[in-house]
Amino acid sequence: MSLYWRLLVRSGPFMTGLLIIVFWGACAVFGHLAVPFDPYEADILSALDPPSGSHWFGTDQLGRDVFSRVVVGARDILEVAPLATVLGVTLGVMLGLVTGYFRGIVDDVVGRIIDALLALPLVIIALLALTALGASSMTVVVVIGFIFAPLVARTVRAAVLSERDLDYVAAATLRNEHTIYILFVEILPNVMGPIVVEATVRLGYAIFVVATLSFVGFGIQPPSPDWGLAVSESYGLINGGIWWPVLFNTLAIASLVIGVNLTADGIRGVVDA
Amino acid sequence: MSALESAAKSHLSVDALNIERLDLAYRVRGRDLKVLRDVTLRIGPGEAYGLVGESGCGKSTVALAVVRYLPPNGRVLGGTIRVGGQDLLSLGREDLRRLRATTVSMVSQDPARALNPSMRVGEQIAEIFRLRGLAAAEPRENTIAMLESVRIGDPKSVRDRYPHQLSGGMQQRVAIAMALSSNPKLLILDEPTTGLDATVEAEILDLLQALRTERATSILFISHNLSVISRMCDRVGVLYAGALVEEGPTAEVFTDARHPYTVGLIRCLPRQGAHKDHRRLDTIPGLPPSPGDDARGCLFAPRCGLAEERCHADAPAMSELEGRSSRCHFQERAQMLPGNAADGPDAEGVRRAATAPHSAPPILQAIALSKTFGTQRHPIHALHEVSLQLWPGETLGLVGESGSGKSTLARLLLGLVQPDAGGIVELDGKPLPATSRARRPDQLKSVQIVFQNPDSALNRSHSIRRLVGRALSRLGRVPEQTRHTRLLELIRSVKLADRYLNLRPRELSGGLKQRVAIARAFAGDPRIVVCDELTSALDVSVQAAILNLLTDLQLKHNVSYIFISHDLATVRYVSDRIAVLYLGRLMEIGPAERVFSGPHHPYTAALLSAAPLKGEMPSATALPTGCVFHTRCPCKRGPVCEQQPPPLQPGAEPGHEIRCHIPVSELPGRMTKT
Repeated sequence: MSLYWRLLVRSGPFMTGLLIIVFWGACAVFGHLAVPFDPYEADILSALDPPSGSHWFGTDQLGRDVFSRVVVGARDILEVAPLATVLGVTLGVMLGLVTGYFRGIVDDVVGRIIDALLALPLVIIALLALTALGASSMTVVVVIGFIFAPLVARTVRAAVLSERDLDYVAAATLRNEHTIYILFVEILPNVMGPIVVEATVRLGYAIFVVATLSFVGFGIQPPSPDWGLAVSESYGLINGGIWWPVLFNTLAIASLVIGVNLTADGIRGVVDA
Repeated sequence: MSALESAAKSHLSVDALNIERLDLAYRVRGRDLKVLRDVTLRIGPGEAYGLVGESGCGKSTVALAVVRYLPPNGRVLGGTIRVGGQDLLSLGREDLRRLRATTVSMVSQDPARALNPSMRVGEQIAEIFRLRGLAAAEPRENTIAMLESVRIGDPKSVRDRYPHQLSGGMQQRVAIAMALSSNPKLLILDEPTTGLDATVEAEILDLLQALRTERATSILFISHNLSVISRMCDRVGVLYAGALVEEGPTAEVFTDARHPYTVGLIRCLPRQGAHKDHRRLDTIPGLPPSPGDDARGCLFAPRCGLAEERCHADAPAMSELEGRSSRCHFQERAQMLPGNAADGPDAEGVRRAATAPHSAPPILQAIALSKTFGTQRHPIHALHEVSLQLWPGETLGLVGESGSGKSTLARLLLGLVQPDAGGIVELDGKPLPATSRARRPDQLKSVQIVFQNPDSALNRSHSIRRLVGRALSRLGRVPEQTRHTRLLELIRSVKLADRYLNLRPRELSGGLKQRVAIARAFAGDPRIVVCDELTSALDVSVQAAILNLLTDLQLKHNVSYIFISHDLATVRYVSDRIAVLYLGRLMEIGPAERVFSGPHHPYTAALLSAAPLKGEMPSATALPTGCVFHTRCPCKRGPVCEQQPPPLQPGAEPGHEIRCHIPVSELPGRMTKT
């Protein structure tokens, strides 16, 4: 593990990405202490002020400070997206271990379901599920987690397939080890590399999907200063020349996704090398 | 004078390869690690020069340096390399290209990776003609001529095939044809037969011998296999830790070595007729220095039984004595290197009880074991009705080419693969469940295995402590309190140091990893251990130590071994009895000495004589009728061999059986040396 760390620390993309994630993480946790204005406090008199010395990113239609809202807006998405990823990866790893190790009918069935899932855009499936379940942060986590599980499972399964025929698995059977032990103690540590890569890639997708869902009104709900929500509230104003609420919130989303993807690239480079 | 003639002339006068005082280093983490030290060698026109040494000694680096194909971190620190008179190190890109296209060629170990899988064989050879600028001159005919020259029987059809449609031996022939297509002055062969079966190796070596006499090409032959080198080469150089420690005419070096390392290396090999009951194998104590270790004195001194103070203080230079060179202060005394092998239990030649006529019941018995893989419509017959017995404390050698069913048989015995209906494995006369899952703990621990490849057999994310400790708790049922003591005992019994316990497999060398695997197999006091090619990936000095270890463990615990190997000398050394498999059939079984001396099955005879067999091994999907060996058998008697499966007839003594139509008295026997 220490070898991996040393290589990661030397990887430019990984460190850049990590820096961006850590920055937004700090904003999410401590942002509310540092911002110049209360992100929730409306001030109708100064609505839609362009960026200025006191309101660096301008104000929105309720006169709330966009800078403060962007900083604090990191909180919800950084709760929902990672939770969804953890759920998806956990389920996916178990599914992948089982299907890869046993092959057979389970493998065939899960394989076809995954193929079907891949044919549909993620956001559409999520929308359908959320319409049925009702929109809340918790349902978003569950829905994204369940959609990710088979996708993660596919990656894990591929890694397990090349491990299960190695002789150490045969040696474990000759010791009469329980299947659970073989899956989680013998095989799992050897497929951690692809799992970590997959998890970071999934986190990037999760952020993107959560922001999209919030934008269409099925994700994080008002009055949260969430970025996707803020874009959806103010994108109609662009035609009137009010560009700042949309621009700064989209930049925030983009930078976080790029940060996560850079990290994923860095990890992939180290794991695959 | 035409260009061809002048080329032919320079061919005769200039050294094909001349390396002088070559120092080479790999740069790792900002440090130069020396991998070649002061290497000087020359290969005359038409000469075959062998380079031997153990893994990591720099053999392949020499080959790569000669074609200037070093990895990016490889740097020549000093010295010169001349190929066909040209100074290689001063050549520009274009000149280098031309040199590689016309003067020097290389054949590597693994033809499957050297050939382009997406190009037909013919196109790949034609590509070389094109590079030489001979595009216009009938590439089709030239290609066929090249394939004919490497004795490919049906060149027209082979030309249109893809590499994966050819067997390993055929692929290597194609690779050799490609290397020769540029009509090189120097041909580099880097372990060209290492991945091949014995009979195929024999074919390729025969071919190379014939090509040498036809073409007068100079050859640099790199191998870890001393017997291959001694068969192929005029002169030989022995490489140790990047330095040439001895050089001379092959026959003289191998019979009367002048460097203690060479002496030690030769003694590690199981000698003709030697058997573990008589004497253990010699080993070379210690380990070679790692690259970058710069000792003041002789590099070999720490492992040398003859080393004196002077050896540790100043490094010997290459010195000549009676036409031989050796890098040793005391080369005239090298043969006096003290042996370190203990006598076997029967140094006086009395055989142990294990090989005495078997009055006791067998410990393990396989009855009519068959295994068919694949589907009903496309069955692959891996094993057919193999029956054999194993007695307590004996070693049964299992030999045969790849695809003969050796490993399948082993996996059936272990219960890793389920036999076809009708086959039974019995332990102490009671049938064992077919799968390991269904076996009781005491049955499981009785039959264990040491796999061929420790990298696959040892979980790479577990520490040695965990690998062996888990086996102790599961198989040995050793309680928590005494486990650590038992663990240390076990680790020490396979001669591993305690400090390895916290390491992971990748931090150990191949030999050490194999010791861990052996320790794990012995954790539950097994009664039978299957050794599947367990020394084939190891250097000879390491192999000797592992074989000694196995012998010691067998004496101590009275375990039986099933020893699978393609290396006949090793099998002969360790085995009490030998079983010969061909295409999933048991062709011969009997006491080791009898199987080796004959009369034996024609297939056994072919394996032993290292003579090439005609044709290729038939595919297990379409087996020949009658005797499965009839398509290649040099002693075939006619239609009976093609129509009727031969019986397993009694051989020359009790316990010796041969599956053949030919009466035992007319079978080949008393074969010459292997």
